Amino acid sequence: MNIVVCIKQVPDTTEIKINPTTGTLIREGVPSIINPDDKAGLELALSLKDSFNAHVTVITMGPPQAEDVLREAYAMGVDRAILLTDRKFAGADTLATSYALASALRKMEFDLLITGRQAIDGDTAQVGPQIAEHLDLPQVSYLEHLEFDGKNTFTVKRRIEDGYEMLQVDGPCVVTVLSGAYKPRYMSVRGIVEAFPKTVEVWGFEQIDVEEARLGLKGSPTRVHKAFSRGVKAPGQLYEVDATEAAGIILSKLKEKFII
Amino acid sequence: MDFSLTKTETLFLQMIRDFAEKEVKPLAAEVDEQERFPIETVKKMAPLGIMGIPIPVQYGGAGGNNMLYSMAVEELSAACATTGVIVSAHTSLCAVPILEYGNEEQKQKYLPKLASGEWLGAFGLTEPNAGTDASSQQTVAVESGDNYILNGTKIFITNSEYADVYIVLAMTDKSQGTRGITAFIVEKDYPGFSVGKKEKKLGIRGSATCELIMENCVVPKENMLGKLNKGFSLAMKTLDGGRIGIAAQALGIAQGAINETVKYVKERKQFGKPISAFQNTQFQLADLQTRIIASRLLVHQAAFKKDRGEPFSVEAAMAKLYASETAMEVTNKAIQFHGGYGYTRDYPVERMFRDAKITEIYEGTSEVQRMVIAGALLR
Repeated sequence: MNIVVCIKQVPDTTEIKINPTTGTLIREGVPSIINPDDKAGLELALSLKDSFNAHVTVITMGPPQAEDVLREAYAMGVDRAILLTDRKFAGADTLATSYALASALRKMEFDLLITGRQAIDGDTAQVGPQIAEHLDLPQVSYLEHLEFDGKNTFTVKRRIEDGYEMLQVDGPCVVTVLSGAYKPRYMSVRGIVEAFPKTVEVWGFEQIDVEEARLGLKGSPTRVHKAFSRGVKAPGQLYEVDATEAAGIILSKLKEKFII
Repeated sequence: MDFSLTKTETLFLQMIRDFAEKEVKPLAAEVDEQERFPIETVKKMAPLGIMGIPIPVQYGGAGGNNMLYSMAVEELSAACATTGVIVSAHTSLCAVPILEYGNEEQKQKYLPKLASGEWLGAFGLTEPNAGTDASSQQTVAVESGDNYILNGTKIFITNSEYADVYIVLAMTDKSQGTRGITAFIVEKDYPGFSVGKKEKKLGIRGSATCELIMENCVVPKENMLGKLNKGFSLAMKTLDGGRIGIAAQALGIAQGAINETVKYVKERKQFGKPISAFQNTQFQLADLQTRIIASRLLVHQAAFKKDRGEPFSVEAAMAKLYASETAMEVTNKAIQFHGGYGYTRDYPVERMFRDAKITEIYEGTSEVQRMVIAGALLR
């Protein structure tokens, strides 16, 4: 079985600071990590490698320094790493990103394509599903658990707002994984020692079959109107009481503030 | 000269810090309080290769080096000094001497089990009357057919209750003094071998420190490590390497204590401001931090030289001397900054202070390190 995992290098913070004048992210001084949902997806792939001897390839699109997350993936145990990087890809929104990634993925054979649900820096949850659409593959988003029958069928538990769905899907298919679904393994010492001598394949515009107009900023219909930090809210009050008492407190508080 | 970490070292630090924070730190207070050997942590470290960092891949190790190993011991010790010494004694005092002095059969037999963490290793040199004067060995080994018969008692043996294999030093020719000592690889199941009394200690209370008792203990001849009557030099060179591990442990304790202190002095308010705002706090912290960084440079220098195959025993002695005395100084001041709270077990600096003391004693006291350093200087 061949598995490809798409990962993204993101700043390691849930409190991303935004430059108030330009509206862009301040990345200086913030360490970069593998996006948590993607890392759970990587663990899913590696657990299938452990059980079914799957061959695991990891791919990321980003600037040259995104190579760091590929080395980390090597240290965790993946077999092959590809860095999709080109100045022509820069400034891409989700559509242009998924177009470039899908074009790269067309050059590869896989039974299962894994992405994280969403990245902590953009929170769109669009790239995984868009890749599936570009490639015309079945997709299951919000994956919480996956069972493989050892042939070609995956049984997937999918988280939805008020419960979950159980689905069966045949490969090749795309799944997007939730960060809580799989606890990522630690890198092994041997994996770390051997990660840097390994080759990271670098693919650019020339290596994939794409239309330049659909790439990067030019190929991105999204326009950022404004980015801003939300003002700080006053700390709330916590009451640990039963439902009846809670309703009473809510009523009195709303009256107190003349809301009702 | 380059003081920056390599990419491999940077990635390794990311892993070992993450592991220490999530798997080791949460157990540290309990392991100390209950004097409990954290066997579950050893089982978690084993599959990651932490029990065999400097052992080559061909012998089942991680194929790393002493620099990575010293970083591992430092980071583990910053969270829990007990865990740090388990790795240090196992690696430096058991696996490494087998790698450096063992024949091919011994390496094939023991290193894969040790490096994978399936077996835990220990080292038996110290005796009731042979501490710093390690040459006064009373344990004897007498040749008998295909075996050596060992008789004697070792004390203060780290990892002993849980170890599967021990490097044991014994007199093979009493008339020759230090030139009559030989090293043996002893398995815990050999007839006549047993583990005795467990010590109740001031610090590193989770580490199992016991007696080894050999009563007509039968050790096959092929388990002689190194050459006959060359064990003293093997033991001394092994301890040179071990000192890098203990220096790293002391450094970790100091770093752990300063981390706790920095957090505390920013939070603790007296006279209407955080105590970090007082110049007394700032100046003392500056001195402690400088000592910690100097210790780390000494530890890295010793590890770097060992990795390059250069002589490193003076560097290791300096690293251990300075880092262990720094650990005492930093943990002592850390309690002072915490005031009454620091004297209680509600804050980890109390444990760190107790853990620090042993680093000035074992694998050569501070006095021994000074002898080594001065001996080289005045040669």
